[in-house]
Amino acid sequence: MSFLPHLLLAVLEGTVAAAVLALSALGLSLVFGVMRVVNVAHGEFFMLGAMLAWWTAKMMPGGPFAGFIAAFIVAPAAVGALAFLTERLLLRRINYDPEATIVATIGLLFVIQQMALTFFGADAKPVAAPFSYRIVFPWFGYSGYKLFVVVASGAVLLGVWWVLSRTRFGLIMRVTQFDRETATAFGIPVNTVYSVVFVAGAALVAVAAVLIVPIQQAHYLMGLDPLLMSFIVVIIGGLGSIKGSVIAAFMIGMTDGVISVFFSPTLASIISTLAVAFVLVVRPQGLFGAETR
Amino acid sequence: MTAILETRGLSRNFGGLKAVTDVDFTLEAGEIRAVIGPNGAGKTTFVGLISGRVAPSAGTILFEGADISHLPAFRRVRLGIAYTFQITSIYAKLTVAENVDLASHQRGTTDTRSCLEQVGLGDRASQVAGTLAYGHQRLLEVAMGLALRPKLLILDEPTQGLSDGEIDNFIELVRTLSKRATVLLIEHNMPVVMSLAHRITVLDRGSILAEGTPEAIRANPAVQAAYLGTADA
Amino acid sequence: MTARIVLLHLAVLLLLFALQFIASDYVILTLTRIMVLAVYASGYNLLFGYSGLLSLGHAMFFATGLYAAAIGTTRAGLSVPEAFLAATLIGVVVSSIMGVIVLRARGVGFMIVTLMFSQAAFLTVLYFGDYTRGDEGIVILDTIRIFSFLGRTIDLTDPLLRYNLALALLAILVALILVLVRSRFGHVLVAIRENEDRTAMLGYDVARYKFIAFVISGTLSAVSGATYALMFAYAGSTLASIQYSIHPLLWTLLGGASTTLGPMLGTGVMFLLVDFASGFTNVSLLITGAVLIALVLFFPKGILGSIRQRYLKWLP
Repeated sequence: MSFLPHLLLAVLEGTVAAAVLALSALGLSLVFGVMRVVNVAHGEFFMLGAMLAWWTAKMMPGGPFAGFIAAFIVAPAAVGALAFLTERLLLRRINYDPEATIVATIGLLFVIQQMALTFFGADAKPVAAPFSYRIVFPWFGYSGYKLFVVVASGAVLLGVWWVLSRTRFGLIMRVTQFDRETATAFGIPVNTVYSVVFVAGAALVAVAAVLIVPIQQAHYLMGLDPLLMSFIVVIIGGLGSIKGSVIAAFMIGMTDGVISVFFSPTLASIISTLAVAFVLVVRPQGLFGAETR
Repeated sequence: MTAILETRGLSRNFGGLKAVTDVDFTLEAGEIRAVIGPNGAGKTTFVGLISGRVAPSAGTILFEGADISHLPAFRRVRLGIAYTFQITSIYAKLTVAENVDLASHQRGTTDTRSCLEQVGLGDRASQVAGTLAYGHQRLLEVAMGLALRPKLLILDEPTQGLSDGEIDNFIELVRTLSKRATVLLIEHNMPVVMSLAHRITVLDRGSILAEGTPEAIRANPAVQAAYLGTADA
Repeated sequence: MTARIVLLHLAVLLLLFALQFIASDYVILTLTRIMVLAVYASGYNLLFGYSGLLSLGHAMFFATGLYAAAIGTTRAGLSVPEAFLAATLIGVVVSSIMGVIVLRARGVGFMIVTLMFSQAAFLTVLYFGDYTRGDEGIVILDTIRIFSFLGRTIDLTDPLLRYNLALALLAILVALILVLVRSRFGHVLVAIRENEDRTAMLGYDVARYKFIAFVISGTLSAVSGATYALMFAYAGSTLASIQYSIHPLLWTLLGGASTTLGPMLGTGVMFLLVDFASGFTNVSLLITGAVLIALVLFFPKGILGSIRQRYLKWLP
């Protein structure tokens, strides 16, 4: 295969990676934006979503398509339920202290990982794509499902954007994000908003996992990568900003795709991380910097 | 008299908002100067610029003739500009003496004891600072400022939240301090301003509206208009 | 007051010295490990407990020392003392460079950035698998670990000698930390932790203090890593993973952040806990996670922190 088709493949792969990344980073960014806490277990919610998608697809009769649809309901719902418990029993009790939240969610990360290992085992679990249409290029064929992933991610992102900017709940969230005390003074049930946001963030990352799992097998250690990539996207793209997340996800996804195809995925990750260093050196206030009150 | 502090064309914008615009300001050594103005006049930004907590968008700041416009805050403190916070900012978990020690050690002195006595906290040295009454916490702020042996002491709303009796003591304290340091006072409480200040600078919407002796300021129609307009003071 | 503090620390060290005459081989080995890792935890505590900077990436410094020592002895032909020295110096260099970069981020940003850099370091270890041998790791041969130093033969395969060397290192560390945190430098670090803004407005160069604390902390981690590699003859990529960044945080929190002996105690207790639990099932991850959550929820000051709060106010 010559250079240009190779590049086309890299761009396609990059686009798919970027679409899923934007979705998982958005969950993290939403939670940080509104609640000012970082959920380190975010990647484990992703892993759990993938595991549940595999489990649902296996349990569901009627072929991959039915399984996929079922997973689309079960995985976000179950991960959302876990997030709800986490928010109520853990984060609320430590009063959303930023440092304590990080430590607690690290703890949660380990617990979920060990649970997944115990219940699902250490082997990677393949999930069949809901359909197997292949787009035929002159040089190579490309999975139609992967392009569906891009479209589906785009649709979810649009949906979230619509909720945030066009609905009453979006307005309430923005007020809460602006200032917790003011929100309380306006009679906004801040605790409920926090619950909804935290659950929504988890459900979003679970949706990303359901989408990705026919491409990348489910494995109990798969959570770390999306977590770190989401951090990178969030730092570069700005918190709570959908536009920023999407742009940064495309930058990172594309670099990642291209470097992975031409060189190695490990090198790609190293370079992404160094990109963050660069952002921090150029903009020392970072996108977290001013937000630590 | 010589100028200890001078600003020329000093400005600071926050995004599109002009907090301080083109301020030329001169402070004579040894005086007590009050800066007053309606809420949002830019007083806190102005002293932030002088103390180095806020970076200027334009203009220069001279301290004892040297350009300090771009020095970080901690270097200005070492040159002799001390700033007491508007919202009490002490080390709540440390003792009173430890709080002041941190200031005096920075200057390489052992002034803690005498600074505490000057503000009347001599008998509370070993108390945990967070357990002090509010008025005493404000005094601790001043003691920390004193321990820095400042040439210029900036007091940002020092009497906010104090009782009348505490305010009277405070006025006496500032008078004593002014023998050793130039005092720049941001204050809302007009009786305090009138009884302490040698001169008054009135800020309005980021610019100097008027400057003069307390009597002159009191009689100034523009000042009256600015204050009546916002129903402040 | 000061005498009491010095006596307490001496007593702890003496107790550890005495233990070697009664402990079994297994206990000796475990204690050696705990003491070496306690150096890591204490270095971490200087930054987290005293300066209030929560790093999630100290494994990169531990790994720096680990691999510098392992590669230094096996590939660069350095003797054990030379490799130790080189690892320490590389630790200073690496933590200085990292300090300049990551200290630009504040608050939550600092935690995330340290986490990511540490992950980049971990990936670098895997990427250069030709040198680091990745997962499989580098084994330092016994022939290297028996060497002569200042005219004496030192045999690092001897468990008791290792124990006493680790104890000596720990004693130096305890003295260093004690002096450091009771000095003006230490007081300023605490001041920065308690109120950074105020400290800057007292004329302290906050950035410089944080940088120095960061470099000392990173270097101590590298020293611990180098000692670990040389004493236990092994350097593998697991020791550079994120879990190894979380360990010192856990140990410090458990023992009591900003106490001089807490990190050591926390390391010991955690080893006991994992050891005890692995008797019936292999769940070290679960225990790590559960302890972290429990500490945050019910016991935020850790063991010595709580004891200090309730009973012994003088505890440093």
